Amino acid sequence: MHPAPSVILFSTLSGAGFGLFVFLGLMPVPPVGWAAFVFFAVAYALSVAGLLSATFHLKNKKNAWKSYREWRTSWLSREAWAAVFALLTMAVYAIALIFFGVHLAPVGWLGAILSLATVFTTAMIYTQLRAVPRWNQTATPLMFLTFSLAGGAMLSGFVTVAAAFLLAAGGVLLWHWWKGDRRFAEAGTTIQSATRLHDRVTLFEKPHTGDNYLTREMVFRVARKHAVKLRVIAFVLAVVFPLILLLLPMSHALAAVAILSHLAGVLTTRWLFFAEAEHVVGLYYGAHLGKQARAA
Amino acid sequence: MTALPASTQKKLGLVIDLDTCVGCHACVTACKGWNTQNYGAPLSDRNAYGDAEGTFLNRIHAYQSQPDQGLARTTHFPKSCLHCDDAPCVTVCPTGASYKRAEDGIVLVNEDACMGCGLCAWACPYGAREVDEVAGIMKKCTLCVDRIYNENIPEIDRQPACVRTCPAGARHFGDLADPASDISILVAERGGVDLMPEQGTKPVNKYLPPRPRDTIGAAQMSDDEDILAPFLAPVAEEPAGFLGWLDRSLERL
Repeated sequence: MHPAPSVILFSTLSGAGFGLFVFLGLMPVPPVGWAAFVFFAVAYALSVAGLLSATFHLKNKKNAWKSYREWRTSWLSREAWAAVFALLTMAVYAIALIFFGVHLAPVGWLGAILSLATVFTTAMIYTQLRAVPRWNQTATPLMFLTFSLAGGAMLSGFVTVAAAFLLAAGGVLLWHWWKGDRRFAEAGTTIQSATRLHDRVTLFEKPHTGDNYLTREMVFRVARKHAVKLRVIAFVLAVVFPLILLLLPMSHALAAVAILSHLAGVLTTRWLFFAEAEHVVGLYYGAHLGKQARAA
Repeated sequence: MTALPASTQKKLGLVIDLDTCVGCHACVTACKGWNTQNYGAPLSDRNAYGDAEGTFLNRIHAYQSQPDQGLARTTHFPKSCLHCDDAPCVTVCPTGASYKRAEDGIVLVNEDACMGCGLCAWACPYGAREVDEVAGIMKKCTLCVDRIYNENIPEIDRQPACVRTCPAGARHFGDLADPASDISILVAERGGVDLMPEQGTKPVNKYLPPRPRDTIGAAQMSDDEDILAPFLAPVAEEPAGFLGWLDRSLERL
């Protein structure tokens, strides 16, 4: 799939932002006054910046408000609702902490649940797509959730919890890659099932000489040797390096480096999440033939 | 509403005969013409005098199938929306722009509600939906809904533009829910199939597989293949006469 920068940025930033909301909502003794203001400002900046950047890829933005209509069937619509509910609930919680020094614990818990729900709905937008087998697996929502919680724990300063979630996220990430590399064959869609022709089927002629929306959007291929390198870079930046920094004596500067490294790593994993994802329509254009299930 | 109807009264759809399609692209042109001049945002072309590209609701691929023994064969393969019973493109739509009609099963886009997010195109395994880059709106086959019920045009024209125009008779239109309809009988007799059945979309459109070709293979090539070879062999390996002298003289220089 085409790795659109706006969507990659959105899922990385808002993931960390909503993760921070989760920990702010669940803290037994949350900060008050100016300290609370700083924490909530960071959380809102990340989550809202992410949500805004997600609207950049809409080609007809004036109808974006209509995306609240079909929550009964659409994960994208549910995400829009969850995000608004989470941001509004956390606003009540944040105002009480910042201006009145009052800790409305149940509101915080509700906000934390809604924040997690937002991340989950984001992940389900991709997970639900059978046409993209690499995304259509259990590890996809787990990966989004664990990375969001790891980022949130780091941003809120829970060192031990952050280390635990970093380990979990790293494990889920490896699982997602391992399973993802097998999903296309498992889905069983091949150029033979796509065309229902027999024998060794190859594309003889494309429908048109030029590119089209489908080939640009869905038939994206990334060189395998680059993919392996990028996976190593992403894993080191997102998991290994922040873990090492967390084990060192903590300081604000070190924490900042750990968080930046983590976010850069997550950005790389999200780029790979899109760039490596094979849409079955690629088969009609002669792509991904090496990924399909071997003929029985 | 993006919930799929539990069932549809009719299942209007196409049956495409891969045996008779000659790959002339007349259906592509007819489709583009009708759907650019009539209902909805026109199907744009971009950069017509350079690296040209455009929006199409119907595209024709061509595939080669090579058996273990014998000759390869080419199949022209028209592909447009299959108006699936279990259409994944409909349920993912957040705005309600994408819907499937309960009365005839046609999958349509309400262009006034589409926000151009492209998620329905991602959900479709067949590549049947394309965002028009100029209008910013999702375009797809309407089964020429503005022709098939149109009482202002002669009755013979009340079928999708691609079907009406096909010079080979490779495209058929009708109600696939009615087992007595002409195209249902055609599908039954020719063993019509679904594309990507494992994707679980339950497509309405059916494809008729190519009939087996005759058994005359390529000319047998054995020892006889070089029967003319003696006549084609060079007469002299080394140039002789004047040319030979010239060649040797030039070598010595």
